[in-house]
Amino acid sequence: MAVLRSIGRRLWQRLLASLPALFGVAVFTFLLMRVLPGDPAVFFASGPNAGQEEIEQIRREMGLDKPIPVQLVNYLADLAQGNLGRSMSTGQPVAADLERRLPASLELTLCALILALSLALPLGILAALRPNSLIDHGVRLLCTLGVCMPTFVSGLLLIFAFYYLLGWAPDPTGRLDVFVSTPPEVTGFLLVDAALVGDWEAWIAAASQLWLPAATMALFVLAPLARMTRASMLAVLTSDFIRTGEALGLSRRRVVLVYALRNALLPVITIMGIVFSTMLGANVLVEKVFSWPGVASYALDALLASDYAPVQGFVLLMAMIFVMVNLVIDVLYGLADPRVTVG
Amino acid sequence: MSATLRHAGYVLRGNPVTLVAGFGASLLIVLAIFGPSLVPHDPVASNVPNALLPPSARYWFGTDQLGRDVFSRVIAATRLDLLIAASAVSLSFAAGATIGAFCGYVGGQLDRWVGRLVDVLMAFPLFVLAMAMVAAFGNQVENIVIATAVINLPFYIRFARAEVNVRRNIGWVEAARASGNSHAQVVLRFLLPNILPAMAVQISLNLGWAILNAAGLSFLGLGVRPPTPEWGILVAEGARFITTGKWWLVTFPGLALMLAVLCFNLLGDGLRDILDPRMRT
Repeated sequence: MAVLRSIGRRLWQRLLASLPALFGVAVFTFLLMRVLPGDPAVFFASGPNAGQEEIEQIRREMGLDKPIPVQLVNYLADLAQGNLGRSMSTGQPVAADLERRLPASLELTLCALILALSLALPLGILAALRPNSLIDHGVRLLCTLGVCMPTFVSGLLLIFAFYYLLGWAPDPTGRLDVFVSTPPEVTGFLLVDAALVGDWEAWIAAASQLWLPAATMALFVLAPLARMTRASMLAVLTSDFIRTGEALGLSRRRVVLVYALRNALLPVITIMGIVFSTMLGANVLVEKVFSWPGVASYALDALLASDYAPVQGFVLLMAMIFVMVNLVIDVLYGLADPRVTVG
Repeated sequence: MSATLRHAGYVLRGNPVTLVAGFGASLLIVLAIFGPSLVPHDPVASNVPNALLPPSARYWFGTDQLGRDVFSRVIAATRLDLLIAASAVSLSFAAGATIGAFCGYVGGQLDRWVGRLVDVLMAFPLFVLAMAMVAAFGNQVENIVIATAVINLPFYIRFARAEVNVRRNIGWVEAARASGNSHAQVVLRFLLPNILPAMAVQISLNLGWAILNAAGLSFLGLGVRPPTPEWGILVAEGARFITTGKWWLVTFPGLALMLAVLCFNLLGDGLRDILDPRMRT
C-alpha cells in the first residue's frame, strides 16, 4: 500500500513537471502555424474568387485580425476545451478525426513493442549468458544491421518476401480485408473488438494484416533493446548476489530469470521511453508503407495538402502520448525497483 | 603525432572492420564527387520501351517505370544524400558545440535550464518534429537540411556541455584565462579545439542518422522532388511496384542507404577507439 501511495505521489509530481513541456509544445505549434505561408482566411473563403470583404470578415470571425499574443491566448483556450480546429481536407473537427484514427496507430505500435520485447529480451539474455559465442556475435550483427536499415526499406522488403514470394501475408493495404466485416467498435482495437464478440474470422483477418507492419517496426527497435538487455545482464550476472544465489544451490533458471533479470530490466525500462518515442516517429513511415489508416498517415496526408490544423493536432497528440508513456515507465520503474519508491 | 598514428595503426590492425568502413566512406565521398560523370546512363533520361527491366548485363540494377537506369540513379543520388546529411550535421555541429561549450563553461542556472530543455527535446519523437518543421518552413531541400540539423542539435549540445564541464577547471584553462584571454576566447580558441576529437566520433555516428532521417523525409514526399535522383525518393517510387514483384527498384537504393549508414556508424565506433581511449568498449 505504501508503495502504491508513493508511486501515486511520484506520478502526480511527474505530471505537474510535464505541464511546462506540454505548454511549450502548444506554443511551438502555434508559432509554427503563424510562420506558415498562406492565409487561413483565404483557404476558408467560399472560393478562389472570394471578395476582399468576405476574406476580411472570415479573418475577423477567426480572430486573425487580433494581435498575436491575443491569438495565442485564444488558441490555448481552444486547446483547453479540446478544440483543435477543423481539417480542411476532411471537413471534420481535427479532434474527432484523431480520435477515430488513434486506435489503429496505438494497436500497431503496442503490438510492435510487445513483439520487439519478446524477441529482444531472450536474445539479449542468451547473448549475455554466453559472451563471444556464436549467438552473441549473431545478436551483435543483427543489432548493427538493424540500426542501419531504414524502416521503409525493411517494410517493403518484408512485403516482397511475405506477400509476393511466399504469399503468407495478405495484400498490404489497411487494417482489414475489404471482404471481412468489421467487428462492432468498442475499443477501436480490432484485435480486442473481434475477440470481445467472438468473431475469430475477423480476428485472424486483422492479425494477418497487422503482423507485417508490426514486425517491420519491431525490427527497427530490436537493436537498442537487445543491446541494452545484453549489457545490463552482463553487468548484473557478475554481481555478488548472483554468486550467492548460485552458492545456495538455486537453479540456474531461477537465478537468471528471477534474480538477475529483474535487476537487469531497469536500464531496459529506462530506454523504453526513448524507444517508444522513436517508434512514434517511425509510425509515419510504416503507416505510409502499409497504407495503415492511423493518425500519422492522416497528418502526413494533411501535410502534403497544406492543411495545417491536423498537423498541429498530431504533434500535440504525440507530445501528450509521449508524456503519458513516460508516466507509465515511471510506474513500471517503481514496480521493478522498490528502492525508487522508498527513497 | 607519430604516437597517435602508431596507436591508430595498432587499433586498426586489431579491428579491420574500421578499415573497411573507412574505405567504404571514402568510396561514398568519391562517388558523391565524381559519380554523376561516371554513370553509364543518363540518370534522368527516360526510355519508355525499356521500362521495368530486371537487372541485366546492360542495366546492372534494372530499369524503372520510365526506363531509367536504376544503377545510374543510385550512384548519382549519392551526391545529394551526402550533401544533405553533411550540411545538416555541420550546421548542427557548429551551433550545438558552441551552445553546449558555453553552457558547460558558464555553468549555473543557464546550464541547468538548457540541460533540461535538451532532455525534453531528446525524448520527443524527433522525426515528427522534423516533419512539422518542414511543413512550417516549406517543402524544400534547404528545409530538410534545417530540420535534420535541429533534431541533431540536442545531441551536440549535451555532448559538448559534458566535455567542457570536465575541462573547465583544468590548469591550462586557468592559465589561458590568467594570460588575458576573454571568456569567449577561452571557449572558442582553447576548449572547443580540445573537445574536437571526441566530437568527431559523434559527427560520424550522426552522419548515418542524418542520412536515414533525410531519406525518410523525402520518402514521405517532403523536400526533394522527383525526378531528382535521391535514395529516399527512389525507394518511394519503387514502392508502388513491390507488390508486383519489381524488387530491384526498392532493393538497390535501400541497400545503398543501408551501406552508407553502416559505413558511417562503424567508422564512428572505430574513431572512438582511436581518438578516445576512455570510451573504449
